[in-house]
Amino acid sequence: MYRILHDTKYDFIRWWRVAAGLTIAFIVVGLVALVLRGGLLYSVDFTGGTVMQLTFTQEPDVQRLRTALVAGGLHGAEIQEFGSKTEYIIRMQGDTSSAGTEVASQNVRKVVAELVGQDGFRVDRAEVVGARVGSELRRGAILAVLISFAITLVYLAWRFEWRFGLAAVLATAHDIIATIAFMAMLRLEVSLTVIAALLTVIGYSLNDTIIIFDRVRENLRKNRKEALYDTLNRSVNETLPRSVLTHATTLAATAALLIFGGEVIRPFAWIMSFGIFTGTFSSIYVASPILMYVEQRFPRDPDSKGARAATVSPAQAKVR
Amino acid sequence: MSNLKYRIALILGLAALSLVALTPRNTIERVKRADGSIGFDTVKRVPLKRGLDLQGGMHMTLELDETDRAIADKSDAIDRSLKVVRTRIDEFGVSEPVVQKVGSDRIIVELPGIDDPERATQVVQKSAFLKFQITDKTSALERVASRLDGIVREKKLGTRTVTAAGDTANAPGLKALFSDTGKRADSAATATDGPFSRLIQPTGVPGIYAVMTTDMAELDSYLKNPDIQAALPPGKEVRWGADTLVTAGRAVRSLYVLDARPIITGDYLTDAKPTQVPIEGTVVEFQLNNEGGRRFRVETGKHVKDYMAIVLDDRVMSAPVIQSAIGTRGQITMGGGSLQAASDLALVLRAGALPAPLRVAEIRNIGASLGADSIQAGITAGLIAISLVITIMVGYYRFSGMLAIAGLVLYVLYTMAALSLFGAVLTLPGIAGFVLSIGIAVDANVLIFERIREEIVHGKTVRTAVEEGFRHALPAIIDTSVSTALTAVVLYQFGTGPVRGFAVTLLAGIAASLFTAIFVIRTFYLIWLNRNRTAEALSI
Repeated sequence: MYRILHDTKYDFIRWWRVAAGLTIAFIVVGLVALVLRGGLLYSVDFTGGTVMQLTFTQEPDVQRLRTALVAGGLHGAEIQEFGSKTEYIIRMQGDTSSAGTEVASQNVRKVVAELVGQDGFRVDRAEVVGARVGSELRRGAILAVLISFAITLVYLAWRFEWRFGLAAVLATAHDIIATIAFMAMLRLEVSLTVIAALLTVIGYSLNDTIIIFDRVRENLRKNRKEALYDTLNRSVNETLPRSVLTHATTLAATAALLIFGGEVIRPFAWIMSFGIFTGTFSSIYVASPILMYVEQRFPRDPDSKGARAATVSPAQAKVR
Repeated sequence: MSNLKYRIALILGLAALSLVALTPRNTIERVKRADGSIGFDTVKRVPLKRGLDLQGGMHMTLELDETDRAIADKSDAIDRSLKVVRTRIDEFGVSEPVVQKVGSDRIIVELPGIDDPERATQVVQKSAFLKFQITDKTSALERVASRLDGIVREKKLGTRTVTAAGDTANAPGLKALFSDTGKRADSAATATDGPFSRLIQPTGVPGIYAVMTTDMAELDSYLKNPDIQAALPPGKEVRWGADTLVTAGRAVRSLYVLDARPIITGDYLTDAKPTQVPIEGTVVEFQLNNEGGRRFRVETGKHVKDYMAIVLDDRVMSAPVIQSAIGTRGQITMGGGSLQAASDLALVLRAGALPAPLRVAEIRNIGASLGADSIQAGITAGLIAISLVITIMVGYYRFSGMLAIAGLVLYVLYTMAALSLFGAVLTLPGIAGFVLSIGIAVDANVLIFERIREEIVHGKTVRTAVEEGFRHALPAIIDTSVSTALTAVVLYQFGTGPVRGFAVTLLAGIAASLFTAIFVIRTFYLIWLNRNRTAEALSI
């Protein structure tokens, strides 16, 4: 039996202040980038507008394309290379009337056809979203995150204890903020797929936190006299081989998506890869300190130190 | 051990069921044949639907358009619109179209493999409200012309910021609207100098006027003004013609003044088909039902020698003179329109008018080649991810790792089968969700194996260690699976299209991973322990 990181005794929790400083610095840098760039970059899914992906038979002259688009009355069109030298994305955002955006996509076809000829290009993708649909989607996404938080809180309060639930949800909230900071740094666009990735990150981060908390729950039961600080450290150490192995495998999978998944899936893969990283980090350095803080502020009944987490609730009894 | 037998039977039974669910089978589908016609053919395929992002096609969301007038009973309007849109799409000719109501006020239309999104939009969106109206014979517009001039002057509407924007419509091959009368638009110029009447020239035909295309925008803005509208002759309607025509080198658009009461509407129409006739060019021939035919005969009989405007969606298609009473048949001239345009018009006329105007809220059009690229990329990434997982698992856990991989194979099979049985649509984010759920499945195995190792280190026998390992890992696996599943459910509930596809694959993946990790792998161990009753070491 070959074992890695077996029986380690690292004092993880000791470094929580340093870790907190690092993550705050990261988030601050991300948020500054966010403010400097005038907010998050929303895709047309959320703002309403038009996106077209074109493949040209020959490398187009972007400057001429831009001039032609402006001459065709399409102001504010953003042209961006997409994957290769012959593939381009043209974006026009925020046109409020759906009739207007529809016309815009037809005009792009017309202008480009005049420039390179009807056979000189191909429209791979054309998406037109009305502003109303966009704002509804945005509301739906925020609602989805909040509801998933509420449900998680209730579930963990039922399976563990309210303080575990709170710590897990705050750790997850940290992951969302950190991921948004990451997106701001990479200038990733917030699209529907990115929202899906973000929600997966939430799920993954919760996964990881729960696995460590599961150990804490068990260790609290085993050693009722031990200080929470030590219990947390011990739990993190005991789950370390699992953490390393699982994160390595999932990171390998998302890295494969990142490298080979193609341009469309890339933002998704970026966020997933970062999410695995921050999810792991937050389980140790966000959830645990919060659990300690809550413990200090609202100590458990001294008679039954650790007992509440330790007692097998009816729900757990069923599973065991 | 009968318990073990049942376990094995269940696993193999499910595997067999999954294989059956995934076998390519013959289904009868609407398909587009090579010659472009549509028919029902037998096709053999794996029963796993691909989303539009993978096979290419068009997704459209329509909503009620209330910009012109509010709609009282929205849900009724959307239900009736749905029926009309469905009929139109069915005749449009794509395989496996989806027409569906979402929420209370939207319709989504999905057309796989469509290559002409503009045409599809038009077919869906056209109101197709057909009316026949007699042109005004009472010179009603002339009589109010000076009053209209007065209003324009008084309200200072004529700021005269003439834009030449409308002047580009000199399409060739226009139908000779005025050839009916043999008169030229510019011949009978009784032009007064009023700011309103200056723009309008009589044509000699009662109720039909000519407007320079350069003046269209200005005149149209006047006509939309509420003061002007109030002063227009009562019981009459002012409508634009559908086409621009060129007379004496000038581009002219006709303006019609019509009796507001239609002599008949498209409600009575039973059939419409496109044809090409020698003089008019492309026409759409239509047929009315008996009641409609009777009315049409009576009304046209009363109006012999009058001009009858054929009005489609508030635009006058043509205004022929009535030679004699017309029965159940008639035709709409398309001018320079192509046969395709005529056949589209015939299609929407047959399907009936939309009860309320629809607005396109969203269109997504994915080229087929992009879809193929995405599938290729997804498969490549998936294969690489899987081989990395295999390397790590077998390299670290040896024999147990191989058991995990065998479990993983079953896991993939079960998940695919579940997706196929639920009729889930495989999308690009769906593939990503699948790759992720492989990660989750591996995590469950890792949790169990690590526990077993701990127990072995603590000096337990192999059999006890395996049992304890599964028992201790269970709460963590269940808690993580449930919380991820809850997130997936929320995603499904609030997501649309691609996000839903992701949520469904994730859910199916979690269910399959729970089953394989805590049941299948455990059974594998039981089989192994049964064969090696005296085993003292486990390769893990």
